[in-house]
Amino acid sequence: MTFMERPRPQLDGLTGEFYAWCALRELRFQRCAECQQWRHPPRVSCAACGSNDWSWEKSSGRGQIFTWTVVHQALHPAFAELVPYAVVVVETEEGVRIVTNIKDISSLRLGLSVTVDYETESNSPGEPVLVLPIFKSLV
Amino acid sequence: MTLSGAAAIVGIAETDYVRGSDRLPIELILEASRAAISDAGLSGPNGTGIDGIMAPAGFTTAEELAVNLGIEDLRYAATVMMGGASPTAALASAAMAVTEGLATAVLVPVGWNGYSIFRPRSGVRQPRHTFLNTSVADTAIDYYRPFGALAAAQMYAWIAMRYRQIFSVPPEATGIVALTCRAHAQNNDRAVMRGRPMTMDDYLESRLVSEPFRLFDCCIETDAAAAVVITSSERARDLKQPVVEILGVAEGHPYPADDIPNRTDLFRIGLSYAAPAAFSMAGVSPQDLDFLQIYDCFTDVVLLEIEALGLCGPGEAKDFVNSDTIGLGGKHPLNTHGGLLSQGHAWGMNHVVEAVRQLRHAGGSAQVKDAQLGVVTGWGDFGDGSIAVLGRGR
Repeated sequence: MTFMERPRPQLDGLTGEFYAWCALRELRFQRCAECQQWRHPPRVSCAACGSNDWSWEKSSGRGQIFTWTVVHQALHPAFAELVPYAVVVVETEEGVRIVTNIKDISSLRLGLSVTVDYETESNSPGEPVLVLPIFKSLV
Repeated sequence: MTLSGAAAIVGIAETDYVRGSDRLPIELILEASRAAISDAGLSGPNGTGIDGIMAPAGFTTAEELAVNLGIEDLRYAATVMMGGASPTAALASAAMAVTEGLATAVLVPVGWNGYSIFRPRSGVRQPRHTFLNTSVADTAIDYYRPFGALAAAQMYAWIAMRYRQIFSVPPEATGIVALTCRAHAQNNDRAVMRGRPMTMDDYLESRLVSEPFRLFDCCIETDAAAAVVITSSERARDLKQPVVEILGVAEGHPYPADDIPNRTDLFRIGLSYAAPAAFSMAGVSPQDLDFLQIYDCFTDVVLLEIEALGLCGPGEAKDFVNSDTIGLGGKHPLNTHGGLLSQGHAWGMNHVVEAVRQLRHAGGSAQVKDAQLGVVTGWGDFGDGSIAVLGRGR
């Protein structure tokens, strides 16, 4: 699946690294090398143990819907043709939660099991190409 | 030495709330600032008697305000970066400054073109500077906006949706919040929604914006400014207005403050931390409050704040809010000016102004009988909170 030009993340630093993994179709989060705690969005150090040592570790890509909204009024041209669309929060098996999309708004409920999928910007105005991790229902 | 009761709000003012002003935010802010200084009856060698400024988190600076007001000896200037929670949180810094002698009188202004900035019109000037960005902006840009969550209505909706699901909150509960603010706006000459009463059917039939928010769950965008002046309670007794003391004041931040989804408990908001601190400082209980001026950017946020204040338990706000309780004449009248939902949006400084008006017993047809003690709350960014417990001086 593809999408038209959207508000782009700032693809530098840790955010750039997060989306670079997404471009390889891998959902990875930071994980503390000391205490093994997962974290997202990316942070400089571990809030649990204070360690600055970490690595990008691969998520199982599975999780459950923690909450959501269904947007009926688009506030940006990129979303005008998508309304009503869902912006959901998925709690991954690793425990971190991520803001993402799910296409089937009729299936939305707390605890719905979902798995990661990817969506690519069709007319990428800049480099690198933007790939977003979205989710779909497991059933 | 305690801060409780040491400082007072001695001047208040607000502009009209306009949907489509031709004026720049700085012009609105100066109008409110001069009116607040005049309301306090202050005068001094620099023409205003003001020597401290809590500059708002955008649209102007302490420097710009000082030079336009002729404040040659600005001794204290600071800015609180908590979005809509800033004005009430700024009362703490202002109170500390006048109590510790860093300044004698502190101006706390706020203002913006909150309607016109989103609807630019030909020939209408736009301010060079708008919001001061905080770290919440980075999270939103990098991890929310690409997925289509661009505005507060869409991000706070995650909290509101889970809240309504977990606690089975019916739309009529949030509806009562909207209806109460709308009813109170009918008493307020400055309310945008004066003359436009609302029924529950109107509320329930309003269009969906970002579920669970309907249009009438959302506050109204306006161009407006408001300001207050703080000085020591000792000095306040020599000024012209009835003294309104800052009895308790606190701020709080949800954890993590810069990311909504990764909080252990989405309903533990900034005010959950701040409210106990403010009530403890003031030495009062939430049950003692004669009125509630609660930051009402969205109706669900009011329910969460009522719980954070300790007026009821988690998930119980849906039963707490009924017109007998939160209406004028009830035990805890809510937003007697109409609030952000029906008066207009001055970052919640309109709530501070209304609280002072009530405690001066100058509330007109919205006056809470013999009001002695009231609360103002703030909410901003991703749920930062602030609170001030205010009391009529004796």
